[in-house]
Amino acid sequence: MAITRRPEIADPEGATVKKALTDLGYNEVRTVRFDRAITLDIEEDDASRARDRAVEMCNRLLVNPVLEDYTVEVEA
Amino acid sequence: MTKVAVVLFPGTNCELDTAEALSNLGADARIVWHSESDLAGFDGVVLPGGFAHGDYLRTGAIARFSPVMKAVAAMAGAGRPVLGICNGFQVLCEAGLLPGGFIANRGLSFLCKWVDLEVADQGSMLTAGLRPGTHLRLPLNSYEGNFVAGSTEARVVLTYRDNINGSDRAAAAVANEAGNVVGVMPHPERASADWLGSADGNLLLGSFLQASAA
Amino acid sequence: MRTDEVDPELDEGEVLTLHARLGLTDDEYQQIIDRLGREPSRSELAMYSVMWSEHCSYKSSRVHLSRFPTEAPWVVVGPGENAGVVDVGEGWLAALRIESHNHPSFVEPHQGAATGVGGIIRDIFTMGARPIALWDSLRFGPLDQPRNRYLFTGVVGGIAAYGNAVGVPTVGGELAFAEHYSDNPLVNVMCLGLLRAEDLVLATSGPPGTIAVLLGAPTGRDGIGGASVLASASFDETSLEKRPSVQVGDPFAEKKLIEACLELYRKKLVVGVQDLGAAGLSCAVSEPVSRSGHGITVDLDRVPTREPDMTPPELLMSESQERMMAFVHPDRVDEVIEVARRWETEASVVGEITGSGNVVVSLGGEVVVDIPAQSLTTEAPRYHRPLGEPGWMEDLWSNTVKFVAQPAIATALLQLLAEPELGSKAWIYEQYDHMLFLNTVVGPGHDATLLRLKGTDRGLALSTDGNGRVCYLDPRRGGARLVWEAALNVAMVGAEPLAVVDNLNFGNPEKPEVMWQFRETVEGISEACEALGVPVVGGNVSFYNETDGLDIYPSPVIGMLGLVEELVWPPPRLDRAETEMAVYLVGNEWAPNLAGSAFEKATFGHVGGRPTGPDRAMGRATVVSARRLAEARIPVLHDVSMGGLGLALAEICIASGVGATVAYSDWRFLFSEDPHRFLAVAPAAADDTITAVCSEVGVPFLRIGTMGGDAIVFDRGGVRAAVDLTLATDTWRTSLTEHLRN
Repeated sequence: MAITRRPEIADPEGATVKKALTDLGYNEVRTVRFDRAITLDIEEDDASRARDRAVEMCNRLLVNPVLEDYTVEVEA
Repeated sequence: MTKVAVVLFPGTNCELDTAEALSNLGADARIVWHSESDLAGFDGVVLPGGFAHGDYLRTGAIARFSPVMKAVAAMAGAGRPVLGICNGFQVLCEAGLLPGGFIANRGLSFLCKWVDLEVADQGSMLTAGLRPGTHLRLPLNSYEGNFVAGSTEARVVLTYRDNINGSDRAAAAVANEAGNVVGVMPHPERASADWLGSADGNLLLGSFLQASAA
Repeated sequence: MRTDEVDPELDEGEVLTLHARLGLTDDEYQQIIDRLGREPSRSELAMYSVMWSEHCSYKSSRVHLSRFPTEAPWVVVGPGENAGVVDVGEGWLAALRIESHNHPSFVEPHQGAATGVGGIIRDIFTMGARPIALWDSLRFGPLDQPRNRYLFTGVVGGIAAYGNAVGVPTVGGELAFAEHYSDNPLVNVMCLGLLRAEDLVLATSGPPGTIAVLLGAPTGRDGIGGASVLASASFDETSLEKRPSVQVGDPFAEKKLIEACLELYRKKLVVGVQDLGAAGLSCAVSEPVSRSGHGITVDLDRVPTREPDMTPPELLMSESQERMMAFVHPDRVDEVIEVARRWETEASVVGEITGSGNVVVSLGGEVVVDIPAQSLTTEAPRYHRPLGEPGWMEDLWSNTVKFVAQPAIATALLQLLAEPELGSKAWIYEQYDHMLFLNTVVGPGHDATLLRLKGTDRGLALSTDGNGRVCYLDPRRGGARLVWEAALNVAMVGAEPLAVVDNLNFGNPEKPEVMWQFRETVEGISEACEALGVPVVGGNVSFYNETDGLDIYPSPVIGMLGLVEELVWPPPRLDRAETEMAVYLVGNEWAPNLAGSAFEKATFGHVGGRPTGPDRAMGRATVVSARRLAEARIPVLHDVSMGGLGLALAEICIASGVGATVAYSDWRFLFSEDPHRFLAVAPAAADDTITAVCSEVGVPFLRIGTMGGDAIVFDRGGVRAAVDLTLATDTWRTSLTEHLRN
């Protein structure tokens, strides 16, 4: 699951780290965003069922919908 | 008079308290902005507590690139006393001047409370003259206070009696091989008068000043 | 809400006009047209909507707030500025302010509470003061509901994350739980700052030609419409969907902004400053020029933005955090920018003061706003909303518990100790840095916080107090009692009460019952302040604390500042009681009224009856005697408040690690929350001192028992009820954490 900060929500940490990178001479950096990745090992053979469960987990617990968006990727 | 530098990074917040406690012990403590690249004339240097650069990315990770850190490293290399308190300890680890690093407290919450410490090693500039086993009471004030030694041979000079943040070997203070660079997680400056709850911190700051004067 | 995207498709197919969607009534819209002699532009409407919102204009409350006594020789700045300022001696001024962040904390507890802390800190350093301490006054629904636990832990985490990182210690506060706060938590934060008298800065714009410099974070679409939409209307099921972009706090940016501003003040580079809080730029450009009677031109092209394509209404309404407007003499602009640069803070010249009296805003050379500054501020609507005593008051007052027998005293005490609002708050305050700046002489967990005034022998004592149950049962008596309680709290560490700030949290002001509660509360607070000779120097009103039609308890919170002329060491503390010391009750001895008490709530789940009103003479006598006993070095002084004498005694025993035996004749004596009582614990040798002080002041006192043993014992003519001290301690220590474990 890739959990990203919604684009309109401020990201103070990203802004500060971008400045630090610029100070170190990495002038090509346009934006820095702090996102999160969560990896789950699920006991489930059916990929689409696994996805549904993961989505449910995101909605109920893993993601703060006020601040974040998410995408779910399933690997066999 | 012993002249010591107290480094101010953006986001540092214990610089005034640290300078005050050192001044009360007779030192000439000067606050030095992080962009200074020269610490000539200073007998010792303190990196005080706070949230340098907001503690963003990792505690201490951005601060280590401040110009002053080259001068701090030079002082460390020359055998001068270098003391990191709380966030300053984290900066010294990120800068490679001390071994190890920090993760979130066991219990995953910020802890501001008094803790009981014991001197484990009197070979560092911070603990010189304090017999091993000496009991000290200082306030802790950190979220990422859980010291991880990793594969390093950290020289632990103070330990927690009750290891509330989960530090490896209950380490509350760690020194480099030579003992002139020390990081301490609890705050000696917050235990610098009886009315604050303890004056034990003066023993540590006094040792630091003595080493600086030498 | 984005005003450039008026979406005509509302849920029920109803087409709402733009002004209605922005929270303005049709009447208010007509007033704007009458004032301007034309229809307002979209940007102008945006400015009116935020400036005329309840949150910014105090339109429902202002007519009542004028009742407060606000003057005293030591008041330097009274209500109306960003913070109240009082003279605390030896050239020092104290700046004090309390503010709510209730609605944002419900939407996103962590960020809501964090940005509340950031906002109140800005109010303080706007005055030229260094913020040195915070207090938090929190109210939630019962912790057995998961959502309330989420809100509670989120709010505490947000305060900790922001307060700790910004470098302002949180040194005290209070906590309460009641069903009425379930969907409407109250998050009130008080901040104290210190400054030298010559460094006072006011939020004025200076004369025409003065340059407006915007400092701090770039502007995004954060919290657009927050003031009008969130804090000025009631909540229902759809609120969580309608929420504007949540503001995210950046304590690091704020820390740099604090240091940059303090350096600007030290170097005398600014003539005035105004922080950008609710109503953002709209407020920051109009209020200062309104105060100085001038106008301003603002060039939106020069406002740094975080997001692309922001429209003028968005730029004017954004509530992006960590921003400040400085008004600077044109010759000093370069120096201001240099100071800001050193602190890694953006500084942009965005406007200039004019003599026109109008706020003129342009983007891309096109004027989008041209309106009189006063029309946004002093000419905002003021309502004399209808008020009426609720029909339920008589029923409430007659709804008393009829006791047929004496309840089990030991069980009752243990029940009180197990209440999360009465037990240890260490779980909260250990997450807060409460020691920074080396000022904290008496910290969290006591009646009042005692801070030293560095460089002097003086001390500042502060307390925050609320009691929703008692205020619900009688808002006037409740409001007054809070002032007396706060005064007694600061007296416990030897302070003379000096000034009050209040945070008035109420339900929907469009209901006459709520307005009646509000008026009664203001009256009660005013009466008590007059009796004490203590002015109100600032405050905040939070209305519309209702969800699905259920209003919260009327919940005023009183912040009290007291002054200790000469600190004694060690000060009175709960943990200084020792075996064989005598226990005294000072103040009202006969206090049978249990209405609104924690005892009735904890034991019977009952909230009813009419609480005791305050007594001016007894109030003054207890405050004066407490202060004098502290000066006389009596080791333990403890206010008897929620939980009554029984709980107060238990708190002393737990803190000191020693039991006690006290005598009583009527069990109600043990649990009454009569406002004018406190406990003193002292060695036998101090008996003469206590007798002398109480006799001189003319306050009743009674030796009720002795410290000692390993139990808390209540003795009625030889019949003893005992609570084992270890059990009491464990119950008290875990009362909050037990509830969080669910």
